Amino acid sequence: MRPIPQKRNAVLRISLRPLIPVIMLFALYVQFHGDYGPGGGFQAGVMFSAALVLYILLFGIEKAREVLTPKRMEGLLAGGVFLYGAVGLLSIVNGGNFLDYNVLAHDPVHGQHYGIIAVELGVGITVTAVMATLFMTFVERGHRPSNEVHARGNSAIVEDRE
Amino acid sequence: MIDLLVDILFVFLVLVALVVTFTRDLFAAVMLLSIFSLLSAALFTIMDAVDVAFTEAAVGAGISTVLMLATLALTTYKEEETRRPKSYTVLPLVIVLLIGSALIYGTLDFPAFGDPNAPVHQHVGGKYIKQSLEDIDIPNVVTSVLASYRSYDTFGETTVVFAAAVGVLLLLGGRRQNISASPLLRPSQRTISSRTAPSHADPSNNEANNDGNGEEA
Repeated sequence: MRPIPQKRNAVLRISLRPLIPVIMLFALYVQFHGDYGPGGGFQAGVMFSAALVLYILLFGIEKAREVLTPKRMEGLLAGGVFLYGAVGLLSIVNGGNFLDYNVLAHDPVHGQHYGIIAVELGVGITVTAVMATLFMTFVERGHRPSNEVHARGNSAIVEDRE
Repeated sequence: MIDLLVDILFVFLVLVALVVTFTRDLFAAVMLLSIFSLLSAALFTIMDAVDVAFTEAAVGAGISTVLMLATLALTTYKEEETRRPKSYTVLPLVIVLLIGSALIYGTLDFPAFGDPNAPVHQHVGGKYIKQSLEDIDIPNVVTSVLASYRSYDTFGETTVVFAAAVGVLLLLGGRRQNISASPLLRPSQRTISSRTAPSHADPSNNEANNDGNGEEA
């Protein structure tokens, strides 16, 4: 799972890079069109994280980590579950049962729509963050020992520690 | 026609599963499992379970394959040969055959595919399908069941996915600086890299790793 070196495989990078935004856009479509067609938060989250994985494979984990920092990923991980739970609490505050969307709007049917969209968004955010985090954790795990093994001779272990 | 297609897909499913069981090449096994998921997704599509097919294709054929490949990169690509005495293999085989035939015998009682009188359609399913348009007014009943009628279950699932990531982060993750800085964590890292080292086919890699261990000690 080492990233493809920047100088090699230009064909791969150039031909696959345009796919990343398309995959992300399709994931968003699956996310918000889940009420009308097949799909929903889980599938959309997996697809969105697939785009992130493709980016990491093409451009390397370091570059991806500039945006997907551990702190932000942890925030997203918990944020999705929090959003889901918050919808449930909001319906309690509005006088219904936990996750009873009917009370979220004046019209129960509209309340159902809002509730479902919010809840699916929460699922999507959490699943995206989980899949991307898993992959990045595995990749970073792989980076360290191999670096140490290869750099044993030229004291790069010390460099790694700093 | 569709029955024939289903049969062909099932034959391929069984073939792929058998090859996965017997192959020693873990890379090939992962790729075949991905194909297995894709075939299942095709089967689900034929059976009109589009949402399930979608999930199976995205998760089974997509992301879990990537995660398994990442795991292989951390460990090894070849399964080690294990030689066991013959008596070890007979009893498990008998047990597996007995349980397998019992399971197949059990499926003979199953209702036919799509049978409206099947027990699973007698419970709340019919009510959901009847009332979904009135209660929730979205065309995809699967979404209305997952996100509204069975909202608690989906909340639980999301929490489980979240918990999985937390577990992986606790085991493998953490800040890199902390791991490098903490002398306590160094030995455990070592054991992992030395455990995987002997299985590498490349002797130079092996040597390098051993050297590394010596230096660390």
